[in-house]
Formats: sequence, C-alpha cells, structure tokens
Amino acid sequence: MNNNPVLQISDLYVAYGSILALHGVCMEVHKGELVSICGVNGAGKSTVLKAIAGVLKPRSGSIRFKGKEVAGYKPEQLHKMGMALVPEGREIFPSLTVEENLRIGAYGRRLDKSFAADLEDLFNLFPILKERYHQAGGLLSGGEQQMLAIARGLISKPDLLMLDEPSLGLSPALVDQIFELIIELKSRNITILLVEQNAQRALAIADRAYLFANGRVEYSGQPQELMGNVDITSVYLGHNGGDV
Amino acid sequence: MNAEILFEFVINVLSMGSLYALISLGLVFVFGICQLVNYAYGEYITVSGYVLYFLGVFTNLPWPVVFLLGILAGVAIGFFSELVAFRPFRERSLDALLVTSFAVSIILQRLFQLGISPRSKAVPVPAFFNLNIQLFGVITPLRNLLIIGTTIVLLTVLVLIMKYTTLGIAMRGASENFVTARLMGVPANLMISAAFIISGLLAGVVAIFWSARTGSVEPMMGGTPLLIGFIAVVIGGMHSLPGSVLGGYVYAFISNVLSLTLPSSLLSFRDAFMFAIVIAFLVLKPEGLLRGNYQEERVG
Repeated sequence: MNNNPVLQISDLYVAYGSILALHGVCMEVHKGELVSICGVNGAGKSTVLKAIAGVLKPRSGSIRFKGKEVAGYKPEQLHKMGMALVPEGREIFPSLTVEENLRIGAYGRRLDKSFAADLEDLFNLFPILKERYHQAGGLLSGGEQQMLAIARGLISKPDLLMLDEPSLGLSPALVDQIFELIIELKSRNITILLVEQNAQRALAIADRAYLFANGRVEYSGQPQELMGNVDITSVYLGHNGGDV
Repeated sequence: MNAEILFEFVINVLSMGSLYALISLGLVFVFGICQLVNYAYGEYITVSGYVLYFLGVFTNLPWPVVFLLGILAGVAIGFFSELVAFRPFRERSLDALLVTSFAVSIILQRLFQLGISPRSKAVPVPAFFNLNIQLFGVITPLRNLLIIGTTIVLLTVLVLIMKYTTLGIAMRGASENFVTARLMGVPANLMISAAFIISGLLAGVVAIFWSARTGSVEPMMGGTPLLIGFIAVVIGGMHSLPGSVLGGYVYAFISNVLSLTLPSSLLSFRDAFMFAIVIAFLVLKPEGLLRGNYQEERVG
C-alpha cells in the first residue's frame, strides 16, 4: 500500500436539509484496493458515495481524489477526473439502447480504436450485453440491467469505481454472478469502493472494510477481524452478518 | 364527402399540425431536460417576429438572409435568457425557475411595448408565400405546403441528431435521468444550453410561418402559440418528444374536424369544444398519448 490514496476523506459532514446524515466521516481507498462499506439501512453508506461523486454537496470536511481537493465539485467534473459511480437501483436509461447507454457512459471519450477495444473487452465480461446491444435498456432483466450499469461505469476506464448496492433485488444466483464479477474486476487491479447490505459477501472479498452506523464510521479495518467480532456483527450487521 | 374536400382537409390538418408540432416540440425540449414549463417561450417567437419585421421593412436583405437572421434571433434569445435569467436560479427550485420564466415573459412583453410599439406591425412576407397554387383541384397558399416541407426537414435533422450524435444521445439520457447522466460525465450546463438553443431555433422557424399567417407582429402575440403548445403537449405527452409532435397534429386534426362538423350556430364556440376535449385528456389520459420514460426530478 503506497502513501498516496486514490481517495481520502476526512471529517466529512453531509446533511439533507437540516438533518445531518454524515458526522465527520474519515476513510481512504488506495490504488488497486477493494474497500467495502457495510452497515444497515440509513447508516449513511449511499450518502457517502453520493457525496464523493458530487451528487450531494458536503457541509464541511475534505474529499481528496488523486491528491486533489474535490469537495463541492460537480458530478461531471469528477467523472472526467476518473470517478465512476454505479448508482443504487442501476438507473440505466430505459428508452435508450444498450449501445446508447454505453455511449453515455463513455461521454467525453473519443469513439476510436481504443474505445472499440474496451467495448470488445466488456463484451467478454458481459456477453449478454453484446446480444442485447440494440435493445432498449428498459427491456433488460434486473440482472442484465445491473451488468449494463456496471459496464457503463467501466467504459470510462475509471481510477475509482464505486458500486452502490450492486446485488440489491437480484436472485441468489445473480448475486453470485455479481460478486464473481467484482472479484474479476479486482483481479484487473481496478480500484473499487463497494457499498453493500449483504455484509457477509462484501466482507469476504474486501481488502479492507468500513462499518457505518448512524452516519459515523463505527469500525474500520480488516474484514476478517470484523467478521470475527461477535459484538459488531450482532449489533451492526444482524446475527449472521448479512441480510441475505 | 368528396375527394376535394377530403384533400383540402388533409392539407389543412398537415399544415396547421406542422406548425403546432414545431411549437410544442420547442416547449418539450426544455421541459424534458430541466422540467421547466417555459412561459417565456411565446416571447421567443415574438423576438424572432420583430427581427423579421425590422429586417423586412428597413433593409433590402434577401429573404433567405432575413429568415436566417430571424431564426438566429430565436436561438440567441433562447440561449441568453437561459444564461442570464434561468441559470442563476437553477439550483434553487423548480418553482423559482417557473416564476423566473413568467418574469422573462413579462419583461420581454413590456420591452416590446415600450421600445417598439404597443400596436401591431405589419410583417412583410415574400410574395411566393401567399401564392395560391392548385393541387389535385384544391387551391391553397404555398406557405401551407412550405410549413409541411420545413417541418419534415427539421424533424428529420432533429431525429438524426438525437439518435446518432453523442450530444443527442446524452440529451435523451439527461431527459430520462438528469443526475445519472451527470454521473456519467454529461455536463449539465451544456445539456440545458442545447435544449434552450433548439427551443429558440424552433421558435424562430415558428415565427416565420406564424407572422406569415397573421401578417403582423405585436407585443402580446406570444400568448396564442404558447397556449397552442400547452394544448398539444397535454394531448401528446409532456415527457416525450415524438409525443409532442403527435400532439400538434392531433390538435390540428381535432380542431379541423370541429370546424367541419359543428353547425354554424355553434362554430363560434369551437374553442370551448376544443378545451372540453383537452380537459377530457387531462382526466382520462393525463400522461398524454405517448408516455415517455421520465424518471426522477433533476437536482442542481
């Protein structure tokens, strides 16, 4: 682990109106790492991703991305700098074809040979997207939509890929597929920040983990320690460490 | 009904519908991207109309140049009104934007009244516009056919842009889900500027044919096309570009059917019948004929 994290957050406060959702969160993600954020509903997991990606403006605190202070930046600026957020609920563009969804994911990229090569590479990861290339995104199944959402994030070649609840609402078989995919992405040395309610699965593949509760980082460290700590798992993650 | 009446009816519906389709399309382009019902849209048409008037009366420029400058005036007012009036309030709320659009509308109307004249001004129209031509036994002014042709060309170009260019695809994405499009790197300002520019361009084209039909411009002239645009959009669907075009033609169809079928004693109430149909649409099919794929309110 080097000393210059891709992402470094310190003392981050985010509020929805007058309601404080994050209370002084500190965390960091290093190059090539897979970091998981776990916690129950309302713990602030998605909020921190939205703040990092520029959808929510922080009330105070610092977000450094690749060494640069970016708190308050617009989402499109952050995307240009190399961030990609695969939003909760997939949020694909339903009337746009798979191709058009990917074209938007590649916004700002030239549609040249390297783009074509990356697209081919994505089709190896997600053969279904090649099959459905000219179909409207809204006609895809939930699992296929999630594949498309992740592919749409990857096509920009991000330096930090953020996945917000990628397994949400998918059948157990598809959840397996998504987690295999995340392991594959990690093996390609892609830096990943993963938010998951399915803590057991998320911790099993993570290099490091943060446990959120009530808008604070309650615990951070090695996933094995977290999983082994009976108090933590029973209090914050439910008795078997996950809700699936 | 004999063939000539039918053919006349078809030409009337298509020419009127083409104009109405362009009007409502200009409204929906902006609404699709920023959920703003732009009440100043009628004044974009007026601005273009006055440019056509001034250039037509006080210069000897050839018609194509006058038309082009008139359309450019629409583009300019669309672009700059967004930049100056709407952009500063965009991150506040939709209500603030709506009130701003009222303000822009009223300010422009007063500027026309004080700066030009409260009375209407005759807009010179090229002679060929009113040339009566005979087609399958029906006599119709050439402008009725020109608006149909112009609309076909404009719609084709817009469809090509929206379907095949990165800007167009991004605009369609942004109109379905603005926040997610921004997360993919699509710049909010560019999308909104582009929407206002296209809206202004359509207003400019509308101004040419509107002033050719009425023969004049006046400060409050934007109100009627704005109302027509609203009705077409209610019929066709606020969240769908094809829907707004369809709405324009359906509106023209209903309006012409009413003209043909209402007994002469009721003809003066044609608009009342029209509004009754619009209310029926609002009650029975509030999302319009084509639904679109609008997802969530935009943020920032």
